[in-house]
Formats: sequence, structure tokens, C-alpha cells
Amino acid sequence: MDETTGTKINATALRAYIMIAVLGLIWGYFHWATDYVFMTPRNLSNLMTQMSVTGIIAVGMLMLIVSGNIDLSVGSVLGFAGGIAAFSMTTLEYGLPVSILAALAIGVVIGVFHGTLTAYLNIPAFIVTLGGLLAWRGAVKWLLGGNTIPVSDPTFISIGNANLPPAIGWGLAVVAIAFVLFMAYRKARSVKDYGLGEANYTGELLKAIIPIGGIVAFIGVMNAYNGVPFPVLILLAVALLGAFLTNSTVFGRYLYAIGGNADAARLSGIDNKRNILKVYALLGALTGVASLIFTARVGSAAPDAGVLKELDAIAACVIGGASLMGGRGTIFGACLGALIMASLDNGMSLLNVRDFMQDIIKGSILVAAVGLDMMGRRQG
Amino acid sequence: MSLLEMRNIVKEFPGVRALDGVSFTLEAGEFHSLVGENGAGKSTLMKVLSGVYPEGTFEGEILVDDSARHFRNIRDSENAGIAIIFQELSLVKELTVGENIFLGKEPSKFGVINWSELYHRASKLLQDLHLQIDPRVKVGSLGIGQQQLVEIAKALSQDAKILVLDEPTAALTESEVETLFGILKDLLAKGVGMIYISHKLDEVFAMSDRITVLRDGKTVSTHDAADIDRNGVIAAMVGREVGDIFPNVTHEHGDVALSIRNLTAYSPDVPDKKLVDNVSFEVRKGEVLGIAGLMGAGRSELLMSIFGAWSGKFSREIEVEGRRVEISSPADAIRSGVGFVTEDRKRFGLILEQTILDNMTIAGLRSISGQIITNRTRESIAANGPMKSLRIKANSTLTVAGTLSGGNQQKVVLGKWLLTNPKVLFLDEPTRGIDVGAKQEIYAEINKLAEQGLAIVLVSSELPEVLGLSDRVIVLHDGKVTGEFTRREATPEKVMAAATGNI
Repeated sequence: MDETTGTKINATALRAYIMIAVLGLIWGYFHWATDYVFMTPRNLSNLMTQMSVTGIIAVGMLMLIVSGNIDLSVGSVLGFAGGIAAFSMTTLEYGLPVSILAALAIGVVIGVFHGTLTAYLNIPAFIVTLGGLLAWRGAVKWLLGGNTIPVSDPTFISIGNANLPPAIGWGLAVVAIAFVLFMAYRKARSVKDYGLGEANYTGELLKAIIPIGGIVAFIGVMNAYNGVPFPVLILLAVALLGAFLTNSTVFGRYLYAIGGNADAARLSGIDNKRNILKVYALLGALTGVASLIFTARVGSAAPDAGVLKELDAIAACVIGGASLMGGRGTIFGACLGALIMASLDNGMSLLNVRDFMQDIIKGSILVAAVGLDMMGRRQG
Repeated sequence: MSLLEMRNIVKEFPGVRALDGVSFTLEAGEFHSLVGENGAGKSTLMKVLSGVYPEGTFEGEILVDDSARHFRNIRDSENAGIAIIFQELSLVKELTVGENIFLGKEPSKFGVINWSELYHRASKLLQDLHLQIDPRVKVGSLGIGQQQLVEIAKALSQDAKILVLDEPTAALTESEVETLFGILKDLLAKGVGMIYISHKLDEVFAMSDRITVLRDGKTVSTHDAADIDRNGVIAAMVGREVGDIFPNVTHEHGDVALSIRNLTAYSPDVPDKKLVDNVSFEVRKGEVLGIAGLMGAGRSELLMSIFGAWSGKFSREIEVEGRRVEISSPADAIRSGVGFVTEDRKRFGLILEQTILDNMTIAGLRSISGQIITNRTRESIAANGPMKSLRIKANSTLTVAGTLSGGNQQKVVLGKWLLTNPKVLFLDEPTRGIDVGAKQEIYAEINKLAEQGLAIVLVSSELPEVLGLSDRVIVLHDGKVTGEFTRREATPEKVMAAATGNI
């Protein structure tokens, strides 16, 4: 029995390699064009922080898209949840824990609401969340009275701006490496435990070299500037959670089944509606998390906070190989997609590309990326 | 001279000869019925006639008014005066009756539609047919029966000389059927020739001048309706030996595995229409129960309702191994030990872009893999069981299901359900569209599963399959049980008589 030769696995891996290569090209070009500023620890640290909000939302969005649904309202919900947190801290003086919980709770409640309308009342997801896009934006404006509310609580501000001390960063690296080694050992062991052959410890160890190298390089680069930024740490945690949910849980498998063939999933005993509701709630919670980072980074809640964030998140998923028809997409791809989008933003800003030109270029790249992907698929 | 003559039509699909030298004639003003089992070639013949299968994709000749015709598409056949009313309605529900009747042929100048002429002509047409339908209402607001009549009006708007009706009464009430037949008689008197396809022999005998029987893609016989009776037609429809590809074994039966009482299921579209009407049956461990019936008899609806997956209303009492169970969703059914190899594997059975492994473990995922966290190794071991025992031909369990042949896809669906450890297994059209070799393997597997004590309920449109595999057969007609036969009693003639409502 050969575990690695499946056409699906190969196609997914191939797409990942191509994307990494594209990212490398983009980085190389910007590094050269910016007189070797782009790939400095300082800029890379900024870049990672910039992608964290979009990345966190993209993780939830990916799972929703995989299930065959969409959420256009996340930008407005982000604004509203951030507004709730700021309003609670400053106007109501409820304190930090309550305010944070309020932002997360509002995200979940809105997610459950949208999920109920979509899954149980059969209103198309596009319509429900298009309505949400308008309505929740209106709610922010109403809540903030059209004004920007500054937030001064230093603990809150640090969510978006603090860095992990380098020593703790390295400590984290050690834990991560130990985990990678443990998983490699477990995988090698399981082959033997299930009587499928001899455990290949050296082989699994060799395969672990790439992730271990990645961990060391990442912490090294981040520590060469100020240490791992908090938002990036949160993004990493969210991405790991998302990867775990999609790859290793019953819930994740159900999402792919529902998106791949809803009828077949239903007849296989899956409660499509409840799972769709759950993924909406999850995306809502992640939007709440993102709203905290966003508000903390800016230092205030504004009526237009998060405008167009939904499109960034959807674009990240799609560039990362997700199909809007459902059933296909990976967390890794979505994060890479978010990183590509953020790299374009960051690089073009360094090059002083005019605002309108940036939008035109990003839009064109989105369409071109999906176009090339479709051509590749058709050729099989 | 004949209005229509089809000579030696041969139509082949990969691996199947769907029509094997069929000849057929139709006279002006004649009502000529075409009967045969499901898959006998009736619909294929009509698709050849209408240009759905264009000239060149089949052999043989089509003559209208004694001159050879070459239809490249439906438009060509319409121009020759042939109008077909298909089984499934082909009306646009969001458009009005008038718009539908003239769809694609709107009276217009420079692309601008002349609405008053359109509606004027539409209402005249409807009046000619004695139909009380306003041409300005949306088709979707009409009942199914009225829609069927609009469909006929549409066909007649083309001044059809030849009218083909494929099961036009399936959705009609009795009074609507009378209206339809009244219209048809008027048209016959005007010299329109009609080809009528139906499973309902009462209708066939009430209207026909001649009856042609098709079987396995060949013309069996053509009779004047006065010269033949129902039994003669039924004999001609089924007249073949039940093949030897069935391992003729009787199974040891144990206790009752599944008992269904008073199952009634309603149409999801027409809430009062009963598609299954108060059906009760039981099946024992180790028994293969066949459910025979023609298309639309309610077989799939019956299984879907037991499984908690029917989209309309339904009610029934279920006992599994003597214990009363409540099944309101497929998850409940699986928990109670019912597995369901659904019909149409691409639509209901498989996630085509996922692997064999993913497809096979999805229904039993929690018990195979883990309650919350999955374990690929355990899944892989589980999937390799059916992979080997069903001899699925693929490189590994990681091959994508969509790339497999039909027979292997069907085995993946079967494997999926075996991995849920069912006590009762439903098989709905388990060999539709797969080659003979794969069929034989699936037949052998069904027998093996029965020997191991599984209770099996088999629905199939292929009569030989039902007769060859089942220990007992119940026959449905119009949602009701019209016959029950043991293996020894069940002959093709008896089953077909019950299936056509002639008991």
C-alpha cells in the first residue's frame, strides 16, 4: 500500500510548490526593485504583521468556502466587533476582559445568525451576507455616531503592537521543533502499530527537516528585528487550528464532503445544516479575533474599519487554490494567498506605486491567478 | 404511403447496442403505441427521430411522406412536422404560457416582439384545444397537469403532423387525462399521426390503432390493437430467458431484520399527491427482497422515506430486528443499521473529486476513524477491506473516485455502506449503466452478503435482475403493492402484469 501516490495529493502538493515559487519570484523582484529593503528583518516583520488580520479571516473563510458557502459581511462585522470593543472600554468603561469577550461574542452571534438564515431558512449565502455587509456597516456607524473612538488601554494596544521577547521566541521554536519530531515519530510508529510494515524512523526524520528549518528561519528573522509580533503569533495559532480542523477532524472532513457533493453528504448521514452553521460561527469568532488586532494596531475604532476586508480574505482563499463551488481548498493555500496579497501591498508601497495603480494590479493578479489555475485544471 | 417510416435503425453507445435494427411506421391519423420494459429502446428511438441524436450518429433511414430526411438537430425535425413531448416538462416556469408556446419562434419584426399578436395567437390555439388557460399567466403558477397540456399546445403551435408523447399522463389526474385524450382524438381526426409511449396498458388499449413492442433494442412485433390482448403484449415485452449470469441460490432466512408498516409518502411538489400509498413489508436476515415496478411506481421514494431522506412528507413505522426505531434523518438510519446504496452514483453516491478512501469512509466516519479527531491509518485499513473484497480496480485507495469506471465507482459506493456495518442494506439500481462483467461481480457480492446474514432490499428497473437475485418480490404500481411473489412463483409475466396494474 502506497500512501503517497494519489493524484489528489500530488495535484495539491504541486499547486503548493508553484505558489511558493510565485511568492519567491515576487519577493525576489521587490527585494531587487527596492534596493534590497524588502527582505530585511524589519520589513518582513512588518509584512507578516500586515497580513495577520486578512490571514486570520482567510482561515475561517476558507473553511466556509470549502463547505460551498461565502461570507461577504466579514469586513463590516470586523468593524462592528472592533467598535463594540472600543465602545465597551471607553464609553462604558467595562474593562479589558469584558470588552474582548464582547467583541468575540458579537462575532459568534452574527455568525450563528447568518448561518441560521443560510442553512435553515435556505436563503442563499451570497444574499444573506450581502445584506450583512450593508447592515453591519450601518450598525458600526450608528454605534460610533459617525466618530472615531480612540483606545488608550496599553494592554489592549499591545495585542496589535507588542512583540514576543526573543528568548521566549526561541523557547517557542524549541517546543515547535519537539512537536514536529514527535509527530514524525508517531507517524513512523503508526505504520508498525497497525502492522503495515517496519517503522521508517530515518525517512520521517528527513522529511521533518524542512519544517524545522522553516521554524528556525522564521524565529531567527523575527528576532533579528523586535521578536515575533503578537498579531503574527495569533495568526500562527489560528492557522494551526484551522489546519488541524480541516485535516484531522470529522468536522473538517464533513465540510469537504458537503462542498464536494451536498446530496451525497446528506445521504451519508451528515447533518449539512448544522455543520454549515458551525463554520459560520467559527468564522464569526475569528472575525472577532481579527477585529481586536485591527483595532489595537490602529489604536482606535473607526466607522470605516475593515472596509473591503471580505474581498481580501476571499481573494486569499481563491489565489490559494480554493474553489468557490466548494469542496476544494487548503488552509496552507489560503495563508499563502494572504501572504502573496500582503507582499504585493507592502512591496508596491515601498516602491511608491500610486494607490489606484496598486488596486488595478492586485485586481488583475487575482483574475490572472484563477485563470491560470483553470487552464491548468482543464489540461488535467 | 406512410406518414413516417423508420427503417433498420441501429444506434450504438460504447459497449451497448441500444437499438438493433428497429423499423417502425406511422400512418396519418393513426395512434400507434410503443411499449416495452425500461431500457428497451423506446426513448432512444424517439431521440433518433427528433434529431437529439443527429444524422450520422446512427444507422438507418427516416422517411417522412416517403422522402428521406436527415435531421441534424431538433430544429430540423420540427421543420419536418415532428413534435415531441418529453417525459420531463421542458417549459420555462418563469415565463408566461404564451411566451412558452412561442419560445424561439416569437412573432417579431427587427427583433422586437409583437406581444399582441403573440397572445392573440396563443389564446386562439388554447381555445382550439378547449383549454381554459389564460396565456398571460406564468407557467409555474399552473398545476402539473395543466403544464402538460400547455406543453402539448406548444407542440401543436408548430403545426405538427407527427406528435410523439412520452409518458404524458404520468403527472395527470384522471379528469386531465380525459381532457388530453379528447384533444388527441380531435387531432387524430384532423390527420395527425401519434406515437404514444406509456407503461399504462389501459391507456394504450383505450386509444391505440396499432401497438409495437420493443425489447432489448429490437422490434418484437407490431399488432393491430384489436388482434392482441394485454397478456399477449406483456408476454411480448418480457419474452426472454432470464439469463444465467445470476448465481441461482436460495438463502437461509433468519429472524425479521426490518419491518415497515403503513408507509405513505407524498410528492414534494404536489402536497396531496401520494407517491407511495400505505405500503407495508418485512425482510428477514439473509433474505433478498426485490421491489419491482415501472418508472414512477414509487420505488425510490419508498426507500428514501424509510431512510429519512425523502424531501416530501412521509409517515411510517419502522422496526429493526424487532425493536421500534425512529428514523428522521440518514444519520438515524445509519445508527439503526440501515445502509442505502442510492441510485445515480454520480449525483447521490460519490464525491467525485475525492479519493476512494475519503468516499468509502465518509458514511461510517465516526466509528471507523474517531468521534472527533480522524485517524488516516485506521481509515486506510478500513477502506482496504472493501477495496480487496470487492476487487476494485485502482492503483490505491488514494485514486480519485471520478477517474474510475462506472462499475468500480458503484463498488466504492457499496463499500462505503458495508463500512457502516449495516443490518439491512438497500440497493437502488445497483447495476445501472455498468458493464456485464461488473454486474456479475456485484450480483455475486449481493449473494455473498445475503449468505452472511445481511437483509437486502433490491430495487431495479431490470426485471431479470430482480427475478434472478430475489428470494421474494413485491411489485409496486402507482405507489401501491399490486403483487407479492416468492422466487418460485415470480415469472416475468406475472410481475409485469402487476407492474402495469393488471392484476
